[in-house]
Amino acid sequence: MSDYFGIRGTVWFRALTGQWSPLPGDPKSVLTADAPLGQDHTRFLCVVRDPQARFPCARHGEVGLEEGYTLAARVREVIEHDKNTIKRPIVAIVDVKSQAYGRREETAAIFLAAAAAADAYGSARLAGHPVIALVVGHALSGAFLTHGYQANRILAFDDDGVMIHAMHKEAAARVTRRSVDELEKLGKEIAPMSYDIRDYAKLGLLYKLLHVENPEKPSVQEIRKVQDELAAAVADARSGPVDLRNRLESTAARETRKASLLVRTKLEAQWLEK
Amino acid sequence: MSSKGYSANFINRQSFIELDARERAKALFDEGTSRELVGPFDRVESPWLPMQGVTPQEDDGCVVMKGKIVGRAAVVVALEGAFQGGSIGEVSGAKMTAALDLACADNEKGIRTSAVILLETGGVRLQEANLGLAAIAELMGSILALRKHAPVICLTAGTVGCFGGMTLAAGLASYVVMTREARLGMNGPEVIEQENGIEEFDSSDRALIWAIHGGEQRYAMGLADALVDDDTQQVADAVRDFTSKGIPAVHRSAQVELYRSRLATLDTSQQWDPQQFRELWATNGLREGRR
Repeated sequence: MSDYFGIRGTVWFRALTGQWSPLPGDPKSVLTADAPLGQDHTRFLCVVRDPQARFPCARHGEVGLEEGYTLAARVREVIEHDKNTIKRPIVAIVDVKSQAYGRREETAAIFLAAAAAADAYGSARLAGHPVIALVVGHALSGAFLTHGYQANRILAFDDDGVMIHAMHKEAAARVTRRSVDELEKLGKEIAPMSYDIRDYAKLGLLYKLLHVENPEKPSVQEIRKVQDELAAAVADARSGPVDLRNRLESTAARETRKASLLVRTKLEAQWLEK
Repeated sequence: MSSKGYSANFINRQSFIELDARERAKALFDEGTSRELVGPFDRVESPWLPMQGVTPQEDDGCVVMKGKIVGRAAVVVALEGAFQGGSIGEVSGAKMTAALDLACADNEKGIRTSAVILLETGGVRLQEANLGLAAIAELMGSILALRKHAPVICLTAGTVGCFGGMTLAAGLASYVVMTREARLGMNGPEVIEQENGIEEFDSSDRALIWAIHGGEQRYAMGLADALVDDDTQQVADAVRDFTSKGIPAVHRSAQVELYRSRLATLDTSQQWDPQQFRELWATNGLREGRR
């Protein structure tokens, strides 16, 4: 259904910022730029494929050590800069294959690099920055936890090239001892297992699904439409709480995540009992 | 490894690793102060496992207890490694997040409440895939909110250790406590071998695995704040110490420039000897010497 090509990130970063090169001192795999969005000066960040990356296991669009710490630094500088002024929106453009699976990464603690990026995004959100994730391609596993999943609004395109999941299909099939076909069939019945973004939408975690005819070659009108949707998401984020509760309060979540809501109700009731 | 009361006492030692999640959680509280919340009798089970022919468990492999540690309010969340490898499903994830959110709300009301998370987990439960991943993201958000008020301590004792998405939760913690029997790493050796070949990581090489992921290494390179024996008293003492200590001046996951500059100096053209990181990364400038 969906192979990773690693071009959508660059396409959308360029479409939304007019830029396509990394900031000085940054690895080629992390693009950062400030650009107007609605009334706001907005920080855009994106992880892209760098076939010449320093780390051999991070050359195909994976989020590795350098990507984690670079994202963290580029988000933190915005928090610092806007400390006493209007908190600018932060938009994570997401098309990431996975986290980097390598021995060097484990030795140098990729988990901390990933946590550092998530810390920066989450801290920005808690400080009042509207943090928006725009999923234009793949958003897999640890890579999405690192880059995007701390956003207070998540938007995604509704085409077959978009995939949000805990593990890529082949690995999930191997681990659960199923065929890829069986796995896809199972996803039709069990929404959290599905690789289809339209099923993911049923979980209630998304703010909005957007349709773009060809996300690899968007038209000027479509880019403008996406900008309008992002600006609306920014306004919506500013009007709500800085935590992630909207993901549980959505109409879809009330249906699909009943067990989560039951846990919260019960725990809250028992919390105060003596 | 013997100063500060952490001396090995082989005669009176009670293994912590041999305890189940419920016993582990209870052992960390001041005597007689703990009670379990949303326990097995509440029977909030995974709705997704039975649909796939897997027997659920009444507590979904996650124990939540509230009580006092060094006389102050605390919540302990313990994952049960024996159920589905401690994996995070919708219910176990919601329990962790809800517990931390309630602790956070109490702090905002002026009741100082800290949290301890006992990590024995391989990460996301694949039968609940996207809801497990989402639960981890939400837990991370709740750790970030709570740790502004009170310490969040992550403890991994073994034998499962901590892998996958939950290592990011450990990365956000105020303090990390490990035993030598625990491992901490985002990607397990089998996954790396599967993805990038045996020359990248030979998952049968036990010595290599422990040299990279083992508690002793993680402590020596400054990624864990205490290394304790498999002794319930020592584990509880470490938790009590960090609870008393309060919030660190700067959290490890916020020390971006330090780690970024360290990465910049590494030669990535070859594999590394994990031992060298003990010298290169040993001090983070904030950690007090503690052995």
